[in-house]
Amino acid sequence: MPVVAVMAAFLVGGVMLLMLGANPIEGYGALLDGAFGDADALADTALKSMPLLLVGIGICIAFRASVINIGGEGQMIAGAIVSTLVALGLPDVHRVLLVPLVLLGGLVGGAIWGAIPGALKAYSGVNEILSTIMLNIVAVQLMNFLLRDMIMDPYEKDGGRIPQTQRLSDNSDLPLLPGDTRLHIGVLVALAMAVLAWVLLWRTSLGFRLRAVGHNSAAARYAGMPVKRTIVAALTFSGAMCGLAGAILVFGSESHRFVTDGSSVGFTGSAGFNGIVTALFGGLHPLWTIPSSFFFGGLLFGANAMQRAVQVPAALIVALNGLVVVFVVSSDRLRRAVGESLGRERKPSAGGDVEARS
Amino acid sequence: MTDFFTMASLVFVVGSGIRLATPFLLAGLGETIGQRSGVLNLGVDGVMLLGAFGAYWTILETRSPVTGVLVGLAVGLVMGIVYGVVTVTLRAEQGVSGIGIFLFGLGMSDLLFQKKVGTPLPIRGFADWHVPVLSDIPKVGEMFFQHSVLVYLAFLLVPVVAFLLNRTTFGLNVRAVGENPAAADSLGVSVARVRYTTILLANGLAGLAGAVLAIELGIFQQNLTNGQGFIAIALVYFGAWRPVGVMGGALLFGMVSATVLQWKTLGLVSGATSSLTAMAPAVLTIVALVVISRTVGQPAALTRPFDRGR
Repeated sequence: MPVVAVMAAFLVGGVMLLMLGANPIEGYGALLDGAFGDADALADTALKSMPLLLVGIGICIAFRASVINIGGEGQMIAGAIVSTLVALGLPDVHRVLLVPLVLLGGLVGGAIWGAIPGALKAYSGVNEILSTIMLNIVAVQLMNFLLRDMIMDPYEKDGGRIPQTQRLSDNSDLPLLPGDTRLHIGVLVALAMAVLAWVLLWRTSLGFRLRAVGHNSAAARYAGMPVKRTIVAALTFSGAMCGLAGAILVFGSESHRFVTDGSSVGFTGSAGFNGIVTALFGGLHPLWTIPSSFFFGGLLFGANAMQRAVQVPAALIVALNGLVVVFVVSSDRLRRAVGESLGRERKPSAGGDVEARS
Repeated sequence: MTDFFTMASLVFVVGSGIRLATPFLLAGLGETIGQRSGVLNLGVDGVMLLGAFGAYWTILETRSPVTGVLVGLAVGLVMGIVYGVVTVTLRAEQGVSGIGIFLFGLGMSDLLFQKKVGTPLPIRGFADWHVPVLSDIPKVGEMFFQHSVLVYLAFLLVPVVAFLLNRTTFGLNVRAVGENPAAADSLGVSVARVRYTTILLANGLAGLAGAVLAIELGIFQQNLTNGQGFIAIALVYFGAWRPVGVMGGALLFGMVSATVLQWKTLGLVSGATSSLTAMAPAVLTIVALVVISRTVGQPAALTRPFDRGR
């Protein structure tokens, strides 16, 4: 059970807190309070969860088709780049049109960055893990180049030389939700995408093909399914979700600019990787990924409160996320090994789908 | 651009390129051994970070670079045991557990650094060792024979690993396990033992690579590797699972980085354009992957857990 894996990870985390001279109960208490304590905390947690949810949805789609997408970071950046170009190119379009357009730009940018490794895998046999890693590097450098050159804030070009765009058009700001918080429409978009992804995977023929290819690509081929096109589709949809997350990060940000510190983590906050954790914890199911992302978003956001309360760096939560992944993938196998030895029927599960890759 | 085509530039690019290639080479050689036995370790970057911090902190406390290197190696071996338990004994999916190891290393090294050190204090590593006679050759000596002892060690490992994989019984077992674990098992080779050994070697070398990186830079900071471990994995494919090929890839990455540095120093490229040149190795690797995937097959059992019962 993923829940057991998370508890095990936090048990280890508690021991680590003790070894660092902090009270684990106080630390975790501050974390939970900081993440879920009041309306503002919940709103910030929801904002922190948004990229995790979208990347997680993308991971669900890819992993269901037995495609391992490690390129979330690059796809987020690609989405941010295309959406920023849209906003810079059409600053005067009315916001009713411009907001959907920039979000569409994010989808398209991510989709392109996902389709490339998809096509390379399907038609040239290039391992998608490798190509997505390399495309992450390309995307980071492309972002650094564009933000220091072609789309750099003209003011920064002469002055501080901070690699960022100008303040993007007011018309492209994501509308805030009612209520006195920083919540914006991007969170609703992410929730809608989770539902759409569920529809895609379980209510359309493409979704059926995706899961069939993921389960047994040879059988899918004998059944006459276009396996190669399906692999490309899986990575394209997966990339599109990540790209949308990148666009929402830019247009939902406080500064309303696209800024780089030279690394991908600086822009994405490692959501491209943490989204994998989220999706695994959600059992590779888009709808279960919603609460999962809210939980991990809360951990990542609450970590700052923990840092203030017990002086243990927020990086602890990143380390614990890693442990959660390791525990989830191994406990799944452990559970099944126990089940098999007791002669129980094997049930298909999240881990099994991933393993079935050829 | 004519400024660049000088002897001084060449000496700098080759010399620094070799230096910069060293962490890629160590991590890449380890990953090669692992993959030849059918184990993909995506956690290299995290293990490198932990090894780098281990070495850095040790040197900060003890002032002994040798102890630092040994600690980096030891940290890698410990992570190897963890990865072995997860992927061999528990047969967890390798790609995803590797990402878990990466995140753990990324967070843990940052956590310990902030808690135990805080500000990036510099450390002193090994003095460059000038190879007798050879280092006195003009230019050539400067390029190849005036490096830290760790650099020589890494390059000496290339023939050692090649010999190990191709000319020893252990290497034969490794390759058998990587191609057809069931057949190897039926001939009495313990798949688990072989894979545990290769995982330990791979992670030990990754820890060492991190230690070398921290020592060469003389510093530690959050995410010091900045994805170098992931590049090292790609170099294994680039080098078609052969140590010499991996060395070629590592040198390519090192030399390109050094070239960009030199261009910057000479003012030939602005900060922005250097980002474009920094893309080149990644793009080249993708092209190489396309070419290689048509000609060379990867170890047949790569990423496949082995279950005797099935």
